[in-house]
Amino acid sequence: MKKYGSTVLLALLLLVLSVGSLFVGVLDMDPGSLLTGDLNQLEIFFVSRLPRLLAILCTGAGMSTAGLIMQQLCMNKFVSPTTGATISSAQLGILIALLFLPDSTLWGRALFAFAFAIAGTWIFVWFIQQITFKDVVLVPLIGIMFGNVIGGITSFLAYKYEMTQALSTWLVGHFSLVLRGRYEIVYLVAPLVVLAFVFANHFNIVGMGKDFSKNLGVPYHLVLFMGLTIAAMITASVVVVVGSISYIGLIVPNLVAMFKGDKIRGTLIDNALFGALFVLICDVLGRIAIAPYELPIELIIGIFGSVLFIGLLFYRLRFGRKAVQLSALLGWDDKTKRGGDAV
Amino acid sequence: MKIHNLTKKYDGKPVVDTVSFTIPKGKVLSLIGPNGAGKSTVMGMLSRLIAKDSGLIEFEGQELTHWKSRELAKRLAILTQTNNVSMKLTVEELVAFGRFPYSGGRNTAEDQALIAQAIAYMELTDLKDRFIDELSGGQRQRAYIAMVIAQDTEYVLLDEPTNNLDIYHAARMMKIVRRLCDELGKTVILVLHEINFAAFYSDYVCAFVDGRIAKFGTVKEVMTKETLSDIYKVDFEVIEIAGKPLSIYY
Repeated sequence: MKKYGSTVLLALLLLVLSVGSLFVGVLDMDPGSLLTGDLNQLEIFFVSRLPRLLAILCTGAGMSTAGLIMQQLCMNKFVSPTTGATISSAQLGILIALLFLPDSTLWGRALFAFAFAIAGTWIFVWFIQQITFKDVVLVPLIGIMFGNVIGGITSFLAYKYEMTQALSTWLVGHFSLVLRGRYEIVYLVAPLVVLAFVFANHFNIVGMGKDFSKNLGVPYHLVLFMGLTIAAMITASVVVVVGSISYIGLIVPNLVAMFKGDKIRGTLIDNALFGALFVLICDVLGRIAIAPYELPIELIIGIFGSVLFIGLLFYRLRFGRKAVQLSALLGWDDKTKRGGDAV
Repeated sequence: MKIHNLTKKYDGKPVVDTVSFTIPKGKVLSLIGPNGAGKSTVMGMLSRLIAKDSGLIEFEGQELTHWKSRELAKRLAILTQTNNVSMKLTVEELVAFGRFPYSGGRNTAEDQALIAQAIAYMELTDLKDRFIDELSGGQRQRAYIAMVIAQDTEYVLLDEPTNNLDIYHAARMMKIVRRLCDELGKTVILVLHEINFAAFYSDYVCAFVDGRIAKFGTVKEVMTKETLSDIYKVDFEVIEIAGKPLSIYY
């Protein structure tokens, strides 16, 4: 129970909030008329509310998993789809698809986003492997710069071909356009997260270093680039449907690791649940803050994310990477001393 | 393990030059020599971490590079000082990785028993739930050795295992090396800077100078005043303490 306590708690919280979120929106809905089969209500439910919830869950779980994989493989806690140029590469891919294949379907654009996200992430990681001194902060800084260069190319092309309007959908993440028939790509996140779970131990071993992997007979480069491909595909699936969602991939894995450590098998589920919960809370806040209008999720996440991120930095400065004892925080009497002193 | 004409060049300059020797089974062999003599590069090639340019390494009747990586991982373990130390893994989780070549990550009850045994052997049972980044250098090094024990290989290669350890922990590490050989029957090959540790705890010593073997033999054969002065280009005195030749240099 103690071992899975946090997982159960997160799952329950997510379930309650998910059900609750189905009844938050411009059009009033109540569970009663839904059950009695009010056609109008059922339509809203299946065309808008349920797809939106599923997209939110996939986004949160996916982006936090992508972040977790990237942080492990790059051995750097500040690498994420945002700071690793993955999101901006996916956006460039979408723009290229819009420019050269204006009639492309959502799937066509997704393919471009996949290809560009994978290529961008590979180039970034290849580049940071070439630099000899790897300061913890330098690596994400290079990623941010690289991402901005790609973002600059995207903006330039968008201006030149008068596509800025069309592009803006993918620059600021929001769930208000998630409707049945135009979001299903985001489901790809689910098998990819499962794949990440299957290879969790491989990623952990690669995260320990090249010599460490070779000693255990794990093909370092193969696993590294396979893992990055999974992370990039997850990110691209989300960007195509929802747009850019920053911070999740950076903050969620860091917060979860503070409580549960870096063993991916042990953290991946919590990490995905917490990511989904975080995105869901932010989206519901965005929906009720200025109802009947709504704020884009990227804005809400930006506010909470940056505050949490600064908090995280200060925590690191003060306590290093000392783990927080979950049982102490929740008032459990845990005699096994895991992770040193409670903070 | 037989090494024949092993050569490695960086930018056309040989750092390991036609080195040949045979590793005695079930013994402790230390590779010594001044900086840049090529001992770590030899170790890298023996453990397939560094690709060799030419020469042969015959490992259990087959060329080392022809071995499947995972099969080799069941027979030969290498521990370097380049691991990511900021990873938040518990000692138990780290040691469990030693079973990876066998289980592929799905450890059976038998694997679990071997993991617990390895942890107990390194006297880490009390620390098994602690994160490795919160341990002292000596404790962490023992955790890595426990992983190597769980890996259950006949050959254990250790690249500068006493690096960054104080005298107490370094001596403790060398005693562990001796136990790996005497109690567990492993062939241990080490790269060492501290020649007296090499003299006191190994059976054979291989001394390198400028990418070539200056002298290979038993401890008593290599640890002489003349040989050491030749290798290190400083004055040496060799005295015998507890039946072992120990050196003083100045």
